[in-house]
Amino acid sequence: MTDDYVRYIDKTREYYLSQGYEKPYRWAHFEDIPFAPLRKPLAHCRVGLVTTSDIAVASEDGGREKHDPLAMVGNVYSIASETPPERMYSRNEHYDRYATSLDDVNSYCPITRLQEFEAAGRIGSFAPSFYGVYTAYSQRTTIERDAPEVLRRCIEDQVDVALLTPV
Amino acid sequence: MCHQTVSLVARHLEANGIPTVVFGCARDIVEYAGVPRFVFSDFPLGNPCGKPFDVAMQRYIVNIGLELLETATGPTPTVQTPYVWSEDTKWKKLIFSDEQPFLEGEAYENWLKAKEKYREMKAKGQV
Repeated sequence: MTDDYVRYIDKTREYYLSQGYEKPYRWAHFEDIPFAPLRKPLAHCRVGLVTTSDIAVASEDGGREKHDPLAMVGNVYSIASETPPERMYSRNEHYDRYATSLDDVNSYCPITRLQEFEAAGRIGSFAPSFYGVYTAYSQRTTIERDAPEVLRRCIEDQVDVALLTPV
Repeated sequence: MCHQTVSLVARHLEANGIPTVVFGCARDIVEYAGVPRFVFSDFPLGNPCGKPFDVAMQRYIVNIGLELLETATGPTPTVQTPYVWSEDTKWKKLIFSDEQPFLEGEAYENWLKAKEKYREMKAKGQV
Protein backbone atom coordinates (compact mmCIF):
# COMPACT_ATOMS: atom_id res chain seq x y z
CA MET A 1 0.00 0.00 0.00
CA THR A 2 2.79 2.39 0.87
CA ASP A 3 4.90 1.94 -2.26
CA ASP A 4 2.35 2.16 -5.05
CA TYR A 5 2.06 5.92 -4.91
CA VAL A 6 2.07 7.82 -8.20
CA ARG A 7 5.50 8.74 -9.56
CA TYR A 8 4.79 12.17 -10.99
CA ILE A 9 8.38 12.80 -12.06
CA ASP A 10 8.39 9.64 -14.21
CA LYS A 11 4.87 10.30 -15.47
CA THR A 12 5.64 13.86 -16.59
CA ARG A 13 8.84 12.72 -18.29
CA GLU A 14 6.93 10.09 -20.26
CA TYR A 15 4.14 12.53 -21.01
CA TYR A 16 6.41 15.24 -22.38
CA LEU A 17 8.40 12.74 -24.43
CA SER A 18 5.12 11.59 -25.96
CA GLN A 19 4.31 15.24 -26.77
CA GLY A 20 7.56 15.67 -28.67
CA TYR A 21 9.63 17.43 -26.00
CA GLU A 22 12.97 15.70 -25.91
CA LYS A 23 14.67 17.54 -23.09
CA PRO A 24 13.29 16.29 -19.78
CA TYR A 25 12.34 18.82 -17.14
CA ARG A 26 14.95 19.11 -14.39
CA TRP A 27 13.15 18.84 -11.10
CA ALA A 28 14.65 20.62 -8.14
CA HIS A 29 16.93 18.33 -6.17
CA PHE A 30 19.12 18.96 -3.15
CA GLU A 31 21.21 16.62 -1.06
CA ASP A 32 21.24 18.81 2.03
CA ILE A 33 18.03 19.35 3.97
CA PRO A 34 17.85 22.47 6.16
CA PHE A 35 16.25 22.04 9.57
CA ALA A 36 15.00 24.57 12.10
CA PRO A 37 13.97 23.16 15.49
CA LEU A 38 10.77 24.17 17.24
CA ARG A 39 11.83 26.64 19.92
CA LYS A 40 8.72 26.80 22.10
CA PRO A 41 5.52 24.84 22.65
CA LEU A 42 3.05 24.97 19.78
CA ALA A 43 0.47 26.35 22.18
CA HIS A 44 2.64 29.48 22.26
CA CYS A 45 3.44 29.58 18.55
CA ARG A 46 1.95 31.73 15.85
CA VAL A 47 1.24 29.52 12.85
CA GLY A 48 1.57 30.74 9.28
CA LEU A 49 0.08 29.12 6.20
CA VAL A 50 1.64 29.18 2.73
CA THR A 51 -0.23 27.81 -0.25
CA THR A 52 0.22 27.51 -4.00
CA SER A 53 -3.47 26.84 -4.51
CA ASP A 54 -4.17 30.18 -6.27
CA ILE A 55 -6.83 31.44 -3.89
CA ALA A 56 -9.21 34.12 -5.10
CA VAL A 57 -11.83 35.86 -3.00
CA ALA A 58 -15.36 36.48 -4.21
CA SER A 59 -16.74 39.89 -3.26
CA GLU A 60 -20.01 40.04 -1.38
CA ASP A 61 -21.94 40.50 -4.61
CA GLY A 62 -20.34 37.35 -6.02
CA GLY A 63 -17.77 39.05 -8.28
CA ARG A 64 -14.11 38.32 -7.93
CA GLU A 65 -11.94 40.56 -5.78
CA LYS A 66 -8.47 40.98 -7.13
CA HIS A 67 -5.40 40.91 -4.98
CA ASP A 68 -4.24 44.41 -4.20
CA PRO A 69 -1.45 44.85 -6.78
CA LEU A 70 0.54 46.93 -4.29
CA ALA A 71 0.43 44.04 -1.87
CA MET A 72 1.57 41.58 -4.51
CA VAL A 73 5.34 41.27 -4.73
CA GLY A 74 6.68 38.98 -7.43
CA ASN A 75 4.47 35.92 -7.22
CA VAL A 76 3.53 36.40 -3.56
CA TYR A 77 0.25 37.74 -2.18
CA SER A 78 -1.49 37.77 1.19
CA ILE A 79 -5.11 37.18 2.15
CA ALA A 80 -6.62 38.08 5.53
CA SER A 81 -7.11 34.91 7.55
CA GLU A 82 -10.49 36.15 8.79
CA THR A 83 -11.89 36.07 5.22
CA PRO A 84 -14.87 33.69 5.28
CA PRO A 85 -13.81 30.42 3.58
CA GLU A 86 -17.08 30.24 1.67
CA ARG A 87 -15.98 33.36 -0.23
CA MET A 88 -12.69 31.79 -1.25
CA TYR A 89 -12.10 29.53 -4.17
CA SER A 90 -9.13 28.21 -6.09
CA ARG A 91 -8.43 28.92 -9.73
CA ASN A 92 -5.68 26.32 -9.86
CA GLU A 93 -6.02 24.02 -12.85
CA HIS A 94 -3.36 21.49 -11.96
CA TYR A 95 -5.36 19.20 -9.71
CA ASP A 96 -6.82 15.84 -10.64
CA ARG A 97 -10.16 17.08 -11.89
CA TYR A 98 -11.21 13.56 -12.89
CA ALA A 99 -10.91 12.21 -9.36
CA THR A 100 -11.69 15.11 -7.04
CA SER A 101 -12.61 18.79 -6.73
CA LEU A 102 -11.34 21.99 -5.13
CA ASP A 103 -14.81 22.87 -3.85
CA ASP A 104 -13.73 22.82 -0.19
CA VAL A 105 -10.98 25.34 0.53
CA ASN A 106 -10.13 23.55 3.76
CA SER A 107 -9.10 20.44 1.86
CA TYR A 108 -6.04 22.31 0.51
CA CYS A 109 -5.85 25.48 2.58
CA PRO A 110 -6.92 24.53 6.11
CA ILE A 111 -7.98 27.95 7.39
CA THR A 112 -10.95 26.81 9.45
CA ARG A 113 -9.00 23.87 10.88
CA LEU A 114 -6.27 26.24 12.09
CA GLN A 115 -8.86 28.57 13.60
CA GLU A 116 -10.29 25.58 15.45
CA PHE A 117 -6.84 24.56 16.70
CA GLU A 118 -6.33 28.12 17.90
CA ALA A 119 -9.69 28.13 19.72
CA ALA A 120 -8.81 24.80 21.35
CA GLY A 121 -5.40 26.10 22.48
CA ARG A 122 -3.54 23.52 20.40
CA ILE A 123 -1.65 26.36 18.69
CA GLY A 124 -1.01 29.84 20.06
CA SER A 125 -2.58 31.66 17.13
CA PHE A 126 -3.15 31.58 13.41
CA ALA A 127 -1.32 34.48 11.71
CA PRO A 128 -3.53 37.41 10.61
CA SER A 129 -2.77 36.70 6.95
CA PHE A 130 -1.90 33.62 4.98
CA TYR A 131 0.35 33.75 1.94
CA GLY A 132 -0.15 32.61 -1.63
CA VAL A 133 2.68 31.86 -4.04
CA TYR A 134 2.26 31.37 -7.75
CA THR A 135 4.54 28.80 -9.27
CA ALA A 136 7.22 30.44 -11.38
CA TYR A 137 8.48 28.68 -14.47
CA SER A 138 11.98 29.33 -13.26
CA GLN A 139 13.02 27.60 -10.03
CA ARG A 140 15.58 30.34 -9.58
CA THR A 141 12.81 32.95 -9.43
CA THR A 142 11.11 30.98 -6.68
CA ILE A 143 14.34 30.53 -4.75
CA GLU A 144 15.79 34.01 -5.15
CA ARG A 145 12.72 36.25 -5.28
CA ASP A 146 9.53 34.58 -4.04
CA ALA A 147 10.77 32.47 -1.12
CA PRO A 148 12.55 35.49 0.44
CA GLU A 149 9.32 37.49 0.08
CA VAL A 150 7.36 34.77 1.92
CA LEU A 151 10.04 34.81 4.63
CA ARG A 152 9.77 38.61 4.89
CA ARG A 153 6.00 38.39 5.39
CA CYS A 154 6.38 35.59 7.95
CA ILE A 155 8.83 37.71 9.94
CA GLU A 156 6.59 40.78 9.67
CA ASP A 157 3.65 38.76 11.01
CA GLN A 158 5.85 37.16 13.71
CA VAL A 159 5.19 33.67 12.42
CA ASP A 160 6.93 30.95 14.48
CA VAL A 161 6.10 27.90 12.34
CA ALA A 162 4.71 27.51 8.82
CA LEU A 163 2.42 24.95 7.18
CA LEU A 164 2.76 24.66 3.41
CA THR A 165 0.11 23.26 1.10
CA PRO A 166 0.36 22.68 -2.65
CA VAL A 167 -2.60 21.60 -4.75
CA MET B 1 5.01 21.96 -9.95
CA CYS B 2 3.09 23.30 -6.95
CA HIS B 3 4.75 20.63 -4.83
CA GLN B 4 8.14 21.76 -6.01
CA THR B 5 7.36 25.43 -5.29
CA VAL B 6 6.23 24.80 -1.71
CA SER B 7 9.27 22.59 -1.16
CA LEU B 8 11.60 25.39 -2.30
CA VAL B 9 9.82 27.90 -0.05
CA ALA B 10 9.87 25.49 2.91
CA ARG B 11 13.60 25.00 2.48
CA HIS B 12 14.16 28.76 2.51
CA LEU B 13 12.07 29.27 5.65
CA GLU B 14 13.90 26.43 7.43
CA ALA B 15 17.29 27.81 6.47
CA ASN B 16 16.20 31.08 8.07
CA GLY B 17 14.99 29.58 11.33
CA ILE B 18 11.28 28.95 10.74
CA PRO B 19 10.22 25.29 11.21
CA THR B 20 7.91 24.06 8.45
CA VAL B 21 5.74 21.13 7.52
CA VAL B 22 4.65 20.38 3.95
CA PHE B 23 1.35 18.56 3.28
CA GLY B 24 1.18 16.97 -0.14
CA CYS B 25 0.04 14.24 -2.51
CA ALA B 26 3.04 14.10 -4.89
CA ARG B 27 5.47 12.20 -2.73
CA ASP B 28 8.30 11.84 -5.22
CA ILE B 29 8.51 15.55 -6.07
CA VAL B 30 8.72 16.69 -2.43
CA GLU B 31 11.17 13.95 -1.45
CA TYR B 32 13.35 14.67 -4.48
CA ALA B 33 13.52 18.38 -3.59
CA GLY B 34 14.20 17.62 0.08
CA VAL B 35 12.23 19.08 2.99
CA PRO B 36 12.62 18.23 6.69
CA ARG B 37 8.96 17.47 7.49
CA PHE B 38 6.46 16.08 5.01
CA VAL B 39 2.97 14.68 5.59
CA PHE B 40 1.96 12.60 2.60
CA SER B 41 -1.57 11.53 1.68
CA ASP B 42 -1.89 9.00 -1.12
CA PHE B 43 -4.65 11.02 -2.77
CA PRO B 44 -5.22 12.53 -6.20
CA LEU B 45 -3.67 16.00 -6.56
CA GLY B 46 -5.87 18.63 -4.96
CA ASN B 47 -6.65 17.74 -1.35
CA PRO B 48 -3.42 17.43 0.66
CA CYS B 49 -5.26 18.31 3.90
CA GLY B 50 -8.04 15.73 3.61
CA LYS B 51 -11.06 14.93 1.48
CA PRO B 52 -13.41 17.80 0.64
CA PHE B 53 -15.93 18.43 3.43
CA ASP B 54 -14.50 15.65 5.63
CA VAL B 55 -13.80 17.83 8.67
CA ALA B 56 -12.64 14.98 10.91
CA MET B 57 -10.11 13.77 8.35
CA GLN B 58 -8.80 17.28 7.74
CA ARG B 59 -8.39 17.86 11.46
CA TYR B 60 -6.56 14.56 11.83
CA ILE B 61 -4.18 15.24 8.94
CA VAL B 62 -3.34 18.80 10.01
CA ASN B 63 -2.70 17.51 13.53
CA ILE B 64 -0.22 14.95 12.17
CA GLY B 65 1.74 17.91 10.84
CA LEU B 66 1.54 19.72 14.17
CA GLU B 67 2.79 16.61 15.98
CA LEU B 68 5.65 16.33 13.52
CA LEU B 69 6.65 19.90 14.35
CA GLU B 70 6.68 18.95 18.03
CA THR B 71 8.60 15.71 17.75
CA ALA B 72 11.16 16.19 14.96
CA THR B 73 14.73 16.66 16.14
CA GLY B 74 16.16 16.69 12.62
CA PRO B 75 15.05 16.05 9.04
CA THR B 76 12.46 13.30 9.34
CA PRO B 77 11.34 10.61 6.88
CA THR B 78 7.98 11.19 5.17
CA VAL B 79 4.96 10.50 7.36
CA GLN B 80 2.10 8.88 5.44
CA THR B 81 -1.45 9.51 6.62
CA PRO B 82 -3.56 6.36 7.23
CA TYR B 83 -6.24 7.16 4.68
CA VAL B 84 -7.01 5.47 1.38
CA TRP B 85 -8.67 7.61 -1.29
CA SER B 86 -10.91 4.81 -2.55
CA GLU B 87 -10.95 1.03 -2.67
CA ASP B 88 -10.57 1.33 -6.41
CA THR B 89 -7.10 2.59 -7.37
CA LYS B 90 -8.01 3.22 -11.00
CA TRP B 91 -7.45 6.97 -10.54
CA LYS B 92 -3.70 6.29 -10.24
CA LYS B 93 -3.53 4.47 -13.56
CA LEU B 94 -5.47 7.14 -15.43
CA ILE B 95 -3.18 10.06 -14.53
CA PHE B 96 -1.71 11.64 -17.67
CA SER B 97 -3.33 8.95 -19.84
CA ASP B 98 -4.96 9.62 -23.20
CA GLU B 99 -8.32 9.22 -21.52
CA GLN B 100 -7.38 11.82 -18.92
CA PRO B 101 -4.76 14.20 -20.33
CA PHE B 102 -2.81 16.43 -17.98
CA LEU B 103 -4.59 19.56 -19.20
CA GLU B 104 -7.24 20.09 -21.81
CA GLY B 105 -9.34 22.86 -23.30
CA GLU B 106 -8.90 26.23 -21.66
CA ALA B 107 -6.42 24.95 -19.11
CA TYR B 108 -4.18 23.67 -21.90
CA GLU B 109 -4.45 27.00 -23.75
CA ASN B 110 -3.51 28.88 -20.57
CA TRP B 111 -0.52 26.62 -20.05
CA LEU B 112 0.68 27.20 -23.63
CA LYS B 113 0.28 30.98 -23.26
CA ALA B 114 2.25 31.04 -20.00
CA LYS B 115 4.96 28.91 -21.54
CA GLU B 116 5.23 31.22 -24.54
CA LYS B 117 5.40 34.28 -22.28
CA TYR B 118 8.22 32.67 -20.33
CA ARG B 119 10.13 31.98 -23.55
CA GLU B 120 9.77 35.61 -24.60
CA MET B 121 10.93 36.87 -21.21
CA LYS B 122 13.86 34.51 -21.26
CA ALA B 123 14.83 35.69 -24.74
CA LYS B 124 14.82 39.26 -23.43
CA GLY B 125 16.91 38.26 -20.45
CA GLN B 126 14.15 39.16 -18.00
CA VAL B 127 14.23 35.86 -16.12
